[in-house]
Amino acid sequence: MSEPLVFHFDVDGENFTSAGQASTQVKKNLRQLGLSPEIIRRVSIAMYEGEINMVIHADGGTADVIVSDDGIDIVLKDQGPGIPNVEQAMQEGFSTATDSIRSLGFGAGMGLPNMKRYTDSMNIDTVVGEGTTVTMRVDL
Amino acid sequence: MKISTIRDLLGAEVLCCEDSLDSDVYSACGSDMMSDVLAYVKDQAVLLTGLVNPQVIRTAQMMDMVCIVFVRSKRPSEAMISMAEDDGIVMMATDMRMYNACGTLYVNGLIGTATHV
Repeated sequence: MSEPLVFHFDVDGENFTSAGQASTQVKKNLRQLGLSPEIIRRVSIAMYEGEINMVIHADGGTADVIVSDDGIDIVLKDQGPGIPNVEQAMQEGFSTATDSIRSLGFGAGMGLPNMKRYTDSMNIDTVVGEGTTVTMRVDL
Repeated sequence: MKISTIRDLLGAEVLCCEDSLDSDVYSACGSDMMSDVLAYVKDQAVLLTGLVNPQVIRTAQMMDMVCIVFVRSKRPSEAMISMAEDDGIVMMATDMRMYNACGTLYVNGLIGTATHV
């Protein structure tokens, strides 16, 4: 088995305009690795939704993408407010985003469901007041 | 449907990537909510939206979309045009409202198929 490739990013929580830059870079990196367009699309959409969530809810965080022979792992870590009720947050249409976020095109309550939809597994480890780590995997 | 046909049907002004007007699109999506756009996989799609910020371009990039149409006379910034240019995404702007623009494309054959993953 070859050594896993790790891509690390700091996600700036101050700037909504730049949100998604890490996902854009990951998409480019995965293209260079010659992965199928469908796999690349699933990884980049899931990560993009997570990145947007980190910016609008948690003042940024870190994103790590680990590419190994049998899968791609995405680890998104923040020190935001945490998610009080994960089951509720996973429901399509549920959102705590403000009207100002909705006016920017997000906060429809589709972010977490989309992340689950596009990945083969997803785990949310969250503590209210301390932060959230979302781990997703796309099998190869 | 050719992107050039979309331009003609919507009376749209092309803002970048004019050399790709001969490309085909097979489906379309009209929304101002980007997460709704991201919920459905589409094949060589066009995005119609009244939202104007860089996340529109990023959403199109993530979805491998080939064309963005801004409705209701909305105009993207130069920075947004530059982002789309880098990815070869055709951008255009029309005076039409969302409902009319989508309806016009639909009745002219751009029915498309969108599938939930």
